[in-house]
Amino acid sequence: MSSTISNMPVLNIKREAELDKNFAKTIAKLAHGEQIYGCIQCGNCSSTCPLSPYMDYTPRKIIAMVKAGFREEVLTNKTIWLCASCYSCTVECPKGIKITDVMYALKREAIQNKIYPKRFTIPAMSKAFYDTVKSTGRSNEVALLMRYYMRTNIFSALSYVGVGLKLLKTGRLAIIEKQMKRKQDFKKMLKDSEN
Amino acid sequence: MSNNKEEIRIGVYICHCGHNIAGAVDVVGVAEYAAKLPNVVISKDYKYMCSDPGQELIAADIKEYNLNRIVVTSCSPLLHEKTFREATTKAGLNQYFMQMVNIRENVSWVNENFDDATEKSKDLVRAAVQRVAFQRALEKQKVPVNPNVLIVGGGIAGISAALTMANAGKKVYLVEKESTIGGHMAIFDKTFPTLDCAACILTPKMSSVKNHPNITLWTYSEVSNVEGFVGNYKVQVTRKPRYVIEDLCVGCMLCVEKCIFKEGKFPDEFNQGLSKRKPVYVPFPQATPLVAVIDDKTCIHFKTGKCTQTCKTACDRNAIDFDQKPEIKEIEVGTVLLTTGFQAFDAKKVPYYGYGKYPNVFTSLEVERMVNASGPTEGHVLTREGKAPKSVGIIHCVGSRDEKTHKWCSRVCCMYSLKLAHLIKEHTGADVYNFYIDMRTPGKGYEEFYDKLLHEDVHFIRGRVSEVTDWITSPEEEGKLIIRAEDTMIGMVRRIPVDMVVLAVGMEPRDDAQEIRKMFNISCSTEGFFLERHPKLAPVNTFTDGVFIAGACQGPRDIPDSVAQAGAAAAEALVLIDSGHVELEPNTAYIVDEICSGCKSCLNICPYKAITFDLEKNKSSINVALCKGCGTCVAACPSSAIKQNLFEDVEIFSEIKGIFVE
Amino acid sequence: MKYLYYPGCSLKSSGKSYEESMLAVFKHLGIELQELNDWNCCGATNYMAINEQSAMSVTSRNLALAEEQGGSGEINLVAPCNACYMGLLKTKTYLENEQGLRDSVLQKLDSIGMKYEGRVKVRHPLDILVNDFGLDKLKMAVKKPLKDLNVVSYYGCQVVRPITAFDDASDPVYMDQIAMTLGATAVDWGMKVRCCGGSMTSTVSDVGLRLNYLLLKEAKRKKADIIITACPLCQFNLECFQDKISRKYGESVNIPVVFFPQLIGMALGLDKKELGLQRMFVQPQYL
Repeated sequence: MSSTISNMPVLNIKREAELDKNFAKTIAKLAHGEQIYGCIQCGNCSSTCPLSPYMDYTPRKIIAMVKAGFREEVLTNKTIWLCASCYSCTVECPKGIKITDVMYALKREAIQNKIYPKRFTIPAMSKAFYDTVKSTGRSNEVALLMRYYMRTNIFSALSYVGVGLKLLKTGRLAIIEKQMKRKQDFKKMLKDSEN
Repeated sequence: MSNNKEEIRIGVYICHCGHNIAGAVDVVGVAEYAAKLPNVVISKDYKYMCSDPGQELIAADIKEYNLNRIVVTSCSPLLHEKTFREATTKAGLNQYFMQMVNIRENVSWVNENFDDATEKSKDLVRAAVQRVAFQRALEKQKVPVNPNVLIVGGGIAGISAALTMANAGKKVYLVEKESTIGGHMAIFDKTFPTLDCAACILTPKMSSVKNHPNITLWTYSEVSNVEGFVGNYKVQVTRKPRYVIEDLCVGCMLCVEKCIFKEGKFPDEFNQGLSKRKPVYVPFPQATPLVAVIDDKTCIHFKTGKCTQTCKTACDRNAIDFDQKPEIKEIEVGTVLLTTGFQAFDAKKVPYYGYGKYPNVFTSLEVERMVNASGPTEGHVLTREGKAPKSVGIIHCVGSRDEKTHKWCSRVCCMYSLKLAHLIKEHTGADVYNFYIDMRTPGKGYEEFYDKLLHEDVHFIRGRVSEVTDWITSPEEEGKLIIRAEDTMIGMVRRIPVDMVVLAVGMEPRDDAQEIRKMFNISCSTEGFFLERHPKLAPVNTFTDGVFIAGACQGPRDIPDSVAQAGAAAAEALVLIDSGHVELEPNTAYIVDEICSGCKSCLNICPYKAITFDLEKNKSSINVALCKGCGTCVAACPSSAIKQNLFEDVEIFSEIKGIFVE
Repeated sequence: MKYLYYPGCSLKSSGKSYEESMLAVFKHLGIELQELNDWNCCGATNYMAINEQSAMSVTSRNLALAEEQGGSGEINLVAPCNACYMGLLKTKTYLENEQGLRDSVLQKLDSIGMKYEGRVKVRHPLDILVNDFGLDKLKMAVKKPLKDLNVVSYYGCQVVRPITAFDDASDPVYMDQIAMTLGATAVDWGMKVRCCGGSMTSTVSDVGLRLNYLLLKEAKRKKADIIITACPLCQFNLECFQDKISRKYGESVNIPVVFFPQLIGMALGLDKKELGLQRMFVQPQYL
């Protein structure tokens, strides 16, 4: 019996030393507000969230973990990437917490620290989108999806061939796009903001 | 206007306040500094100036050194000005020769640097020493108190206060807006946590009010004007026409029976619109006074003038009078108790709970009527389809604890939700779910009541409901309303299909609270409830002397607390009445007649309506009993004809000079 | 009535018929739209996740362009795509409220010789139609009332959230009112503002497809004949994956999904082609 117990992984205990005490402060600053400190853990965000059924932690738990300093767990999990920015949590939060902005802040923090789930498709889509806009100033669905599938799984694109052909047939794919005139200005501005 | 010939002899007293001041300020240094200031005869520091030995120290010095001015350097005058004024008086000196300097709240508690704090204390003492030299002897004015009392609002708080005051032998005028007294409590079925019948404990009190020789009850009436000041208010009450002569009607209901409308047609306010009433009606069987009322907005006679007036014919006492006009009553009272209560939050303001959209979403007040044996469903809890629900969800905190509606906790909803859960379970045997954010049961026997419910197979889910919807995802949800919430104890979102949803609506200030506030010249706190003078130590007093508040007009409150507050407010009013007179602070403004040019600039700016214009003299005059010493008129007078006791120019300027010039 | 018009990327590709129908309907009603010169991407949601400052700079360039083109005074900029509308409105609001952010964004604009003075009012076509044009006038313009047509309105997320500049955040009614004005029956349903998942149909397709399945299934349960929407991504998700969803869940979820101006155009008696209806995967039978 004692051997069974000794083989069990330690799951539900956290030492203070393992926490990042400044995490809440960092996120509050990045997420436009101190409101996160006022969270009463009512769970309205989790309940209204259309994606919470698929999340590792519900949004309510994420807020609690941010406040307590569970940096590692928060930044490496998929929950924050599943947020589709529908903002229903934000408009319904009784304490005015901008939860969508918190999710954005966490995504940025994860990317900056390179600890997001790398094989996960959603950050890859975000990066693809970012790069597409950066190069042309506008988003082009063909270019965007090419970038995306190159980064993830090129074969998974095959299942969308049908939809793609139909879009082509109905004239809903912009293969050649009108270019911006002052694209150089645009690129310069972007370069500045990345510094 | 100080007597320049008089030699000024000042005593300065620096308090340590234990470590409160002495820990942050060099009190000995300040005392030594003060001793060298002009006119200062003696300067001392002491551990606790407010203690008996401290006060005696001042009194003894006044005699020994023949002092005629005192400066006490300690805490806020709000706390101890009275103490030191009394100490000064005891030694035979006019109390207005004493000036306080606050070096605790204004210095030691808010400065971190010891030297800076000491310097600031010295500056403030120097200013006070210069000022006090010019202070004059003043006397408080005594004004008699009219023993009659006005109580506005006939809910449980107003009823309790009225009976207390009347039993103490005072004449009470109780004014109620509706056609009957009883307020919200009359609507309730049972009361928590004891589950005794609300009507059984309330209606005897209602009839005592009606029958009490010391109480004049005016229902269907509103206060329309208030003038005067503490002890001496002149009040105008407008009695709306109820088109039924109160003295003649005995509540026999014949008029209601014979009304041209065979059935009720208009939403019955008392039953929260769950039943219909006629234009002539009595709100409920125990209405007090038991007198019918005709609603002129729905009565055919008033709408078209073409009614056969069957009600009038039916009344064998000739009590119906379609020509009744509003009646104005003028009364004089010394004190006023405001017990105007609250209104329930309008559930339509949170559309995601579907009130007004899904028929089977009810408010808690509607369910209160439903579970009542004399209610619209005769005590049966029924869906709009007339069926007993198999499952019911009660949503807490509707319009409470939410930045978009009301930030505050309404205090009563957890308990009444538990009560309704118990009653619904008892009446229907349904599965009852309580959705709460935090369960708040602080009160005698309240937690025990919660515990009882926990054992009654009522379900509790800790999570704020995000929506009530008819969107279904599986066949068993068909035809039901779905309540969606995260069960935060488990960390999973749950969908609960129910037949009936009950919204536990919170308490909010009445729509007319601002109007009443202005009429009685009191304040509201930011959320709109009436503001008490001090949240802990003067909870039923207001900043207007002689006007007291009790019950839910001051903040969300349950019945026991409302009754307790009503008692406290009555006691405060009795103190004023039984002392026979009030003393008025002399820090009031006065007009120097020779300078006043009669320009009337001051008339409209006085927030207390204390200034009147004397047409004969062509000059303004100030009623000192009404003046609160705010100084607005003093600053506004273009010819500097208005001055203010304790704030004379020479006093203020020498104080300012004292701050800046060493 | 004259407005500047910001199309955004989708209205030039997969949401082409949104642009076509809106331009046709507005022209018919006498509402003039002038396209914003040299506009760039609105920043959208994905961009915010990578670099917020940069996303807001990108967005504010469009606001600055609007001031360049729109002359003096307040400028109304119409953005039909929900994501563009929200991105522009959110950026504008945040710039108003946060000094630090404003300073750094303005500095970036300055580096390319542009400035933004805060004179732009971001508007959605729904807002324009109901509040500026008016439903009464729309009613008078109806030539072929849409009798016996059950319409469910799908607003998507970002048109009334997170900033509610018009209508209601949890129970919007503008599209329902428009449908009723056109003579159709507006069917109430609980999914008006429930998210379609956005780009999740591509990234986490199991999740994305399920969200759309739930929406389509409920529309069918409510006996809707047609879904109208105001967002190109919502329309794309709801319409273009219907076959895939039907196969995956073993039940038919086929239902026409059109942009609300297409519905208006039909009631006004405009040509189908003018409204881009030939581009739809599921042809609305009734129309």
